[in-house]
Amino acid sequence: MKKMKQFVSLMLTSAMAAGMMSASVFAADAFYIGASGPLTGPAANYGTAVVNAAQIAVDEINEAGGINGYQIEYKGEDDELDSEKSVNAYNALKDWGMQILLGPTTTGCAIAVAEKTKADNMFQLTPSGSGEDVTKNDNVFRVCFSDPSQGMRSAQYIGEHQLATKVGSIYDSSDAYSAGIEASFEAAAPDYGIDVAVKCAFTADSNTDFSSQLQQCADAGVELIFLPIYYTQAGTILTQARMMGLDVKFFGCDGLDGMLDMDNFEKSLAEGVMLLTPFAADADDDLTKNFVAKYQEAYGMTPNQFAADAYDGVYAIKAALEKAEATPDMEISDLCEALKTAITEIEIAGLTGEKIVWTADGEPNKDPKAVVIQDGAYVSMQ
Amino acid sequence: MVSFIAYLINGLSLGSIYAIIAIGYTMVYGIAKMLNFAHGDVIMVGAYIAFSVITTAGMPPVVGLIASMCGCMLLGICIEKIAYKPLRHAGSSLAVLITAIGVSYFLQNMALIIFTSNPKMFTSIIPMDKMTIQAGAFRIQTISLVCIAVSIVLVLLLQLFINRTRPGQAMLACSQDRGAASLMGISVNGTISLTFAIGSAMAGIAGVLLCSAYPTLSPYTGSMPGIKAFVAAVFGGIGSIPGAMIGGLLLGVIEILAKTYISSQLSDAIVFSVLIVVLLVKPTGLMGKVVQEKV
Repeated sequence: MKKMKQFVSLMLTSAMAAGMMSASVFAADAFYIGASGPLTGPAANYGTAVVNAAQIAVDEINEAGGINGYQIEYKGEDDELDSEKSVNAYNALKDWGMQILLGPTTTGCAIAVAEKTKADNMFQLTPSGSGEDVTKNDNVFRVCFSDPSQGMRSAQYIGEHQLATKVGSIYDSSDAYSAGIEASFEAAAPDYGIDVAVKCAFTADSNTDFSSQLQQCADAGVELIFLPIYYTQAGTILTQARMMGLDVKFFGCDGLDGMLDMDNFEKSLAEGVMLLTPFAADADDDLTKNFVAKYQEAYGMTPNQFAADAYDGVYAIKAALEKAEATPDMEISDLCEALKTAITEIEIAGLTGEKIVWTADGEPNKDPKAVVIQDGAYVSMQ
Repeated sequence: MVSFIAYLINGLSLGSIYAIIAIGYTMVYGIAKMLNFAHGDVIMVGAYIAFSVITTAGMPPVVGLIASMCGCMLLGICIEKIAYKPLRHAGSSLAVLITAIGVSYFLQNMALIIFTSNPKMFTSIIPMDKMTIQAGAFRIQTISLVCIAVSIVLVLLLQLFINRTRPGQAMLACSQDRGAASLMGISVNGTISLTFAIGSAMAGIAGVLLCSAYPTLSPYTGSMPGIKAFVAAVFGGIGSIPGAMIGGLLLGVIEILAKTYISSQLSDAIVFSVLIVVLLVKPTGLMGKVVQEKV
């Protein structure tokens, strides 16, 4: 029996060695970039957008001559929004020869895979994993803003565009996403000349009546109400504000995305509501127009913010590889070390920001963008 | 001062919705001697009926309100006949209580299957352009005034019904002594059914008002207001209709004022603490009567 075990482990080891060898043999002629995200299940929209958009970016780069003269080999895997399956997807990609990971798409999976990439010391760039803990390892970077930093970015946007100086905020104190954004908004507000005159909390048990919170905002005479919450409650707040005849501006984060699709939502209530978002498909710069046209042609639909994050992610990897003068024959770990430094030295012009740079702790730095709801549709703000 | 009055009106409006729901609890308790924990979910069903009629079928709000009342009335009678009546003589009053909780979950899950968990935005019965009334420095929500007025009218009608009509007198008799009432030729089963019918029809009205004032409608819409209204009924003295009215109004005002002046996160805790204090001082509630047990 013991012999048998030894034999099996020997077989497995040699199989693994063969796998590694074949990977390094493949890797000599091209950069192997893998992407992962949910391609099936309830969040399939997110993963599909990432995998599709990355494909567009890879095709563009290969057509233009590749990176440092090498082509990109690219493959996307499904993780079904399951952290265990995301690790399987990661292993499958590694067997295929992946040297750099663009993914996973969602926070939970990104955290699970980050443990693996740390062990392998593989460079990981998640397009849209916005949870705070995703980038805690030093080999993980992201394209999107983290959840809490959306609060700071909202303050920056409101301040720089002079939308209001006296604001109130209504947030869900029982929800980490909402409370995190609120805290960072409040901390950053004074830097941008914003006075947070009232801050009103609600909890999951009291999220249907906002009349007293709105009345408090009205009493304080705020010009704008910040809503770092999800769209269901925001819909109620907008309706109640209309009932009370309140005339203020509303500004929210990505949680408000989806409001217009709510059952029987009176779209005129959302007129003028602004929300922070990395990407607006109707923007009229050449980069966006080109990307949206290609995406629509290839996949028959309008790309969302996940697609934009992934597209920028591929270009960030390209810029970092060029900066590091990397070649595909480098070991995965050496490549990671080179990229970790190189990504903090590059600046790219992307769909989600005109000048995107990265800090060593994995966070992007770029100007926040916002959209405003007009006639029941999102329009990018100028 | 102006804003204090605005908060007060918000509180009275919320309180009057609690009151309408609490009356359903209190009537059923007074006559059938049971706590109908499914009452809150009847409100939710009523709101969904109104939503389907007004929004999906495009009928005027009045038709929606009537449909909601009729639908809830029918539902209330069915629940009583199917789930509660067979257990009326089950010895332990716990059996009916547990059944009521079961009915509550049954209604929630049915709504989940039929309408999904996606919240719906309820179209207010007040037209968009008449939502606020401007009176000098005041800006009042029309729906608040409607809620307060409807609850007052309902309580007055109910008092008239109970004190001036024969079925009302029968209800009163049943609440005092069911056995003696049946010996006097009163149909106890009929009276209990009537009580459920009236209570549930009021739940239908409450559902429409609740969702007009607080427009998110989901399968769980009824559960929190249901619990609060139960508290209001106990607060006012369970079994007493004026008590339910006063308990509901007080609860609404306390909740809104606590939310505004103390903490919007602690408001529920404060509401329930007030209940505990009231019950410690007056165990039968504000308007409750102490009934001597006769051996």
